[in-house]
Amino acid sequence: MADAALLTLAAERVTGALGGAGGPDAIIARRMQALSLAVHIPIVCFGIAFPAMFLFVEGLYLRTGDLTYKALAKRWSKVALTIFAVGVVTGTILSFEFGLLWPNFMATFGDVFGVGFALEGVSFFIEAIFIAIYVYGWDRLSRRTHFLTGIPVIITGFTGSFWVLGVNAWMNDPVGFKVVNGRVVDPQPYRALLAPNLGHELTHMYLAGYIVAGFLVAGVYAAARLRGRRDLYHRTGLVVALSFAAFASAAQGLVGDWAGRRVADSQPVKLAAFEGLGRTQKGAPFTIGGIYDAKKGETKYGIHVPRMLSILAHHDPNATVTGLDSVPAADRPPVNVVRFAFQAMAAIGTLLALIGLWFVATFLRFGRLPRSPWFYRAVIAAGPLALVALIAGWIATEVGRQPWIVYRVMRTAQAVTKSTGLGVGFAFLVVVYVGLGAAVVWLLRRLASQPPQTEVAAGAAPGGVRQAAG
Amino acid sequence: MAQLCLCLVLVGITAYAVLGGADFGGGFWDLMAGGAERGGRVRGMVQRSMSPVWEANHVWLIFVLVMVWTAFPVAFGSLFSTLAIPLFLAAIGIIFRGTAFALRGHAATIREARVIGATFALSSVLVPFFLGAAIGGIASGRVPVGNVAGDPVSSWLNPTSVLIGVLAVLTGAYLAAVFLAGDSVAAEQPDLARAFRARALGAGVVTGVVALGGLFVLRSDARALFDGLTSGGGLVAVLVSGLAGAATLGLVATERYGFARWSSALAVAAITAGWALAQSPYVLPPRLTLDQAAASNTTLTTLVIGLAIGAIALVPSLVYLYRLVLQGRLQHEFEPLDQRFRPISPAGNVEGEGSP
Repeated sequence: MADAALLTLAAERVTGALGGAGGPDAIIARRMQALSLAVHIPIVCFGIAFPAMFLFVEGLYLRTGDLTYKALAKRWSKVALTIFAVGVVTGTILSFEFGLLWPNFMATFGDVFGVGFALEGVSFFIEAIFIAIYVYGWDRLSRRTHFLTGIPVIITGFTGSFWVLGVNAWMNDPVGFKVVNGRVVDPQPYRALLAPNLGHELTHMYLAGYIVAGFLVAGVYAAARLRGRRDLYHRTGLVVALSFAAFASAAQGLVGDWAGRRVADSQPVKLAAFEGLGRTQKGAPFTIGGIYDAKKGETKYGIHVPRMLSILAHHDPNATVTGLDSVPAADRPPVNVVRFAFQAMAAIGTLLALIGLWFVATFLRFGRLPRSPWFYRAVIAAGPLALVALIAGWIATEVGRQPWIVYRVMRTAQAVTKSTGLGVGFAFLVVVYVGLGAAVVWLLRRLASQPPQTEVAAGAAPGGVRQAAG
Repeated sequence: MAQLCLCLVLVGITAYAVLGGADFGGGFWDLMAGGAERGGRVRGMVQRSMSPVWEANHVWLIFVLVMVWTAFPVAFGSLFSTLAIPLFLAAIGIIFRGTAFALRGHAATIREARVIGATFALSSVLVPFFLGAAIGGIASGRVPVGNVAGDPVSSWLNPTSVLIGVLAVLTGAYLAAVFLAGDSVAAEQPDLARAFRARALGAGVVTGVVALGGLFVLRSDARALFDGLTSGGGLVAVLVSGLAGAATLGLVATERYGFARWSSALAVAAITAGWALAQSPYVLPPRLTLDQAAASNTTLTTLVIGLAIGAIALVPSLVYLYRLVLQGRLQHEFEPLDQRFRPISPAGNVEGEGSP
């Protein structure tokens, strides 16, 4: 990161290209943005992970010729397309909101980070094209061509995340521009989009996608198993989804360590908020639970593990960890929100890794699935828990960045629109999203209640058309 | 470089107006199709045509937004803050439209299908209206530079905005009818082809009349825009658009739908270009010029290079999709939308159903 003191100084000078102070409703604007992101991000998880899952199952079909796999892959791909469609619209809302809520941010920095979204747009475009070809191409394209049309969907799921997280990483650790007399000049988009935070943010989110989608899908088949469905179709659904989720949640532990150390370096105040660390100190303790008392600048009622934070943040028990007191009170995020979200994410992540371990250990040791019904109940609970961890993680990083929209360069309050009546828009949006949520739940229940399709081998019926059996 | 980026924005707007506009127009015809049984066939055709392509078509809107905020950030911030109301309503409409369309295929009863279908159709009319109204605000010089520097209401609730909003809805309906007539021929549904042909002719005539009448609205409400459209390059573009629109009518009347697709797209492209020429050199008339609005050369160059690299992957993909669609190689068979809910159907089974 560039010299922190210099950036703090710069912060006082960036006024924004539209001039003047921001509007009064920054907090409502933040809530609107947060709500829209909280709706969109879980959908993105499916965009990241589901294509790899259904393509894997289609691969099983191509290798074994077993039509059960084909039925499962087809079902999953259709669900994926529907979720993708919802993601198209929730993603559109986000890009509208950038302008509607944060016009001064866009006007000031659009030329710095905008290229990232342009490239994301290209990825997304290709993703939309190939997911449509894949889903509408079942039984129409040759088996090999069909399989191959799924591969761009996986690749673009990754590249799309790459560019969006590139922008987020840049907001958290801005580089690639200069501030002269309060104006942002000399934008260098290619530098901005390869911000130093990108590596861990991207890996962390990409794995989270597999964890969330994997456990949510596995939960459906775990529930079926508790109802006595043990056929190949349901077992494959469970094992494939659970395998993706288990490996991703194990790997996430390592990424968590990496991310923690990066945050300690680039955004020490955010790390201090995660940990409720009031003052800068050597050999800082790690505190589990508790409530941060802003007046006293310490965390009360928590369990303190001596020197642990220094070890986690810098891999050195005597390392100095920066506390909240390193910046004025006005430059600190709301500690308890950030801290609670961070700890919830870490705790749930650990729990999910343990569930995954249970599965993998049983599978390796005995070559079968766990027998205990409690395992399946845990898997059912793991999906919603993973969602909570996902959102908590984003709250930790986004609220942890406050009061800055561009870390130490532009304040959120300055970026916000001067429009009045944001509250009305917010209420409206809540109603719309509740309706959207109800519609999606309705749809997923409808899809889950349908029995799997019976596939017939190509050639057995003209053009390999599906045939209703039973 | 700034001009190149502006051209790319205009290409994006044209593509969205043609492809996305036709999808909205499909919703318009869905709305006008009458009762569930009477309109079932029309709705089925709309569903068949839109299913594989609407998401890709929609991405053009995202492309336009992203281009504008990267290449013309100050203009983007200004117009999104002043025109917040119509843009917010358009965004809400986009949620309803997309979700309802995606869910519609899963309705189990005719009542569910009706509610979802009505949501889809109604929002398909509202979205182009609000987007058109926002464009009207820009074109008539009602969006100054600044954070909500313009009037949040009269910037889009004014004669020019209403005119362009209505024209956006009508143009979409016209395009959709032309495309759907062609698709009906491909799907071997001659009665539907005739029905859409009649709709295309009707919508084409109405659109033409409103557009001509609209010139008087522009003369009194947005004089600068009117002058731009009636002189020089703007006039040429308007004439090309009018001729292409009229040619489309002729092609549709003689059932040459393949050519009609292209001529109708040309009509939209020409009027988009005409708008740009009419307000040139301004991005946000009457003050912000293209050069003032443009981002730095580094950004614009990076943007263009990035898009060029992206296009290497994107263009063949897009060609592949449309080729598969037009060759009928993707699964989108025609089925009247209410068929699944009819009491007796030959197989007794809905597509994709069956128990093991």
